[in-house]
Amino acid sequence: MSLELRAITKRFGGLVANDAIDFAVADGEIHAILGENGAGKSTLMNIVYGLLQQDSGTISVDGKELTINSPLDSLAAGIGMVHQHFMLIPVFTVAENIVLGHEKTGFFGKLDLATAREEILRISQEFNFDVNPDAIVEELPVGIQQRVEIIRALIYDAKVLILDEPTAVLTPQETDELLNNLKKLRESGRAIVFISHKLREVKAIADKITIIRRGKVVGTASPSAEQSELASMMVGREVDLKVDKEAAKLGSEVLNVQNLTIQDHTGRTLVNNISFQVKAGEVLAIAGVQGNGQSEVAEAMLGLREHVAGSVKVDGQEIIGKSVVDCLDLGIAYVPESRELDGLISSFTIAENLVLDTHMSAPYSKFGRYFPDAVKKVAQERVAEFDIRAQSVTDTASSLSGGNKQKVVLARELSRPVKLVVVSQPTRGLDVGSIEFVHERLVAERNDGKAVLLFSTELDEVYALADRIAIMFKGEIIAIVEPSISREELGLYMAGVSLHAEVSA
Amino acid sequence: MKLIAKKAILPLIAFGLALFVGGLVIGFTDSRVLSKIGSPISFLKIFASTVGNAYLALFQGAIYDPNLVEGHSFLTGFYPLSQTVVNAAPLMLCGLSVAIAFKAGLFNIGAQGQFIFGAIGASYVGFHYELPIFLHVVVAITAAIILSALWGGFVGLLKAKTGAHEVIVTIMLNYIAANFLLWILGTSTFLRPGRLDPLAPPVKDTARLPRLFGDNYSVNVGIFISIVVAFLFWLLLNRSTWGFKTRAVGANSSAARTAGISVQRITIGTMLIAGGLSGLAGAIHVLGFQYELTSDTAGSFGFDAITVALLGRGGPVGVVLASLLFAGLRVGGTTMQANVQVPVEIVLVIQALVVLFIAAPGLITRYIKIKNLESGQEMASKGWNG
Repeated sequence: MSLELRAITKRFGGLVANDAIDFAVADGEIHAILGENGAGKSTLMNIVYGLLQQDSGTISVDGKELTINSPLDSLAAGIGMVHQHFMLIPVFTVAENIVLGHEKTGFFGKLDLATAREEILRISQEFNFDVNPDAIVEELPVGIQQRVEIIRALIYDAKVLILDEPTAVLTPQETDELLNNLKKLRESGRAIVFISHKLREVKAIADKITIIRRGKVVGTASPSAEQSELASMMVGREVDLKVDKEAAKLGSEVLNVQNLTIQDHTGRTLVNNISFQVKAGEVLAIAGVQGNGQSEVAEAMLGLREHVAGSVKVDGQEIIGKSVVDCLDLGIAYVPESRELDGLISSFTIAENLVLDTHMSAPYSKFGRYFPDAVKKVAQERVAEFDIRAQSVTDTASSLSGGNKQKVVLARELSRPVKLVVVSQPTRGLDVGSIEFVHERLVAERNDGKAVLLFSTELDEVYALADRIAIMFKGEIIAIVEPSISREELGLYMAGVSLHAEVSA
Repeated sequence: MKLIAKKAILPLIAFGLALFVGGLVIGFTDSRVLSKIGSPISFLKIFASTVGNAYLALFQGAIYDPNLVEGHSFLTGFYPLSQTVVNAAPLMLCGLSVAIAFKAGLFNIGAQGQFIFGAIGASYVGFHYELPIFLHVVVAITAAIILSALWGGFVGLLKAKTGAHEVIVTIMLNYIAANFLLWILGTSTFLRPGRLDPLAPPVKDTARLPRLFGDNYSVNVGIFISIVVAFLFWLLLNRSTWGFKTRAVGANSSAARTAGISVQRITIGTMLIAGGLSGLAGAIHVLGFQYELTSDTAGSFGFDAITVALLGRGGPVGVVLASLLFAGLRVGGTTMQANVQVPVEIVLVIQALVVLFIAAPGLITRYIKIKNLESGQEMASKGWNG
């Protein structure tokens, strides 16, 4: 079965998210759509999936033109989608999740799961997925959860499978497994659309590559193309994928974490007895797959978490039990994982966002009075210094692109006198230009003698910035290694394989 | 100015639509109109005249009634406006009370109860103590504010320390306040000598708010106090660090917390202020208009205030205008009922329709294209992010 899109155009107000996009994928083919965040990939696929409707253009399956008004229409047409954020109910079993919305019921409405269970086992065997239909979804690793999503698409006879940034949440090993599975699906004659901004994967799996930039198809490429060539097509200019970094000039110890343990409010241990130090002038990257306790550790660095035991000292001063203000005053810059949720107030102006934590001090305030003009004036300087692209500092933060939002957060955090810079997923969802900016800025802080603690799930980022790498798995630091470690080894650590334990065994 | 005009578009359209639909309700519920339904021409005629007369009566009851002039100066006709303004003052303050809570992301349903405690405080100081003329008012108002601020602040404390949802707590506290009022009016301290019904002694002359245009018009300095407070409200929110924090917590408490702002402190402080504002409303109503505390002193001020804050988009200018409008509807509705026998409840229908159109701006924007319309939905829903 083949899927063909012709001249798909979608506007949101004045913004053209998709501009006359042509795209086709045939049976037994993996066609990758490569583009930066915000290039319009997801919009296009949401149109195909029926979550959005195109303004003009046609969608046809097997040469027949279709009107897709809802996900039900696309499902009926044989199009299945695996979302970036899984649409699964965590407390349900695999089988329950899969029948959701298509429940068959027996006597007095009794749920019939038997057929679904058989089907799941059949598909699982066919593709060697190793999925137990009775497992509770939240207890499964992310990679398996993703397979559940794939099975859900297959069980309803999807002939075209769309995967939206499927590797974003996977470990390197899980990514490899996914790519292998996709190859099997290709052999079974299915058409696969693989959406990604990661060059390495796209090159590894795709038969064809279509590159989208700013809502337009800018070209197609074969998987044998050079990475740099793909990158410059994606970004629209030459890209230097490396960060220039001189050797670390280590200073005194700034951050000392000893036996840090963090629990949630139910008493479940999220971070178990970890210790590490960061010196002035170095970047310690905490790598690991999302959800292994990194977010909790990051939050504890600013006194944002309760139920924390152990010791966290910044310049010799204990911060556990201190308020957020006290931590900020100690000289900690903090770039939270979610800029939308924790980093910015979208309805506030750019200027206001730049003083969220310093609005109490001169020149913005005196005796409790607040001076918006002073805030605006300083904001203008910051906007220039950090290259924040905005029409006016009185625009709301919500009007900014992701990269510019992150620059606002950085501008705020790095404009105070700080000793320790804690950054969490600093480039998630950013375009290449902004990633370069953020990386250069972080290296500049390091060179300037600050201690940088970086939490990142992106291996490329970890390698680009780290002077040392600590790997977190299930709430523990299982190793602290040099950045010369190979990707394969690092991937094994991230999957929880303790290499030294194996050696000694 | 342009900004204000832009903000006013939605409420104005909502009000216009509400009047239109209200007119349909008036027409179609009138037996004289319905009896003519057989002949279209006369039906339309009587329909139009009935609705027209009803709204004319509403206007006369709320703003200017030429029938009152007979033999007096033309100014006498403004008597209804005086009534409207007198009722608008407490409504305004209660509206600001709800609005400031909105700004901090809180939904204060408790203006009614806070109003009651303010009224109790003002009344007690007003009838119990002998004080010099100016001082008496100040002390009475201060007592009212302190009492009601504590009543409101208690909600903030519960929310901050235990996470109790302020909507539930304030609703419950309203019942407690109303029943507390009934009880206290029956105690020997509050029972008026010689009376057995729940009626407190009248407040002394020294504690009454001075009237502005002589004894015939009840309009008093309360309206000035309310407008000054509305200005202070703006100042607090936009020109103080406290206001900056309040807005930050209301817009995104998580980001505010990350920036070192104490969400708990803002929650408690905001509820203290909100309580104080409603209590001030109670004081102004008792000291400026009723002069005595009854079981029904609070009327429905505290509840109408929610509507007022909503219609006023949570801003001081909006709240001032909306409270004048609602007070006018209330006062005029009575005249409408008396003069043209249209039930006063129609006013409630119009109020409800206004809220409906504001809270669901999609209803309007779907059919009327307005450039750069600011959605009202945002504020209406903000209070719930508990």
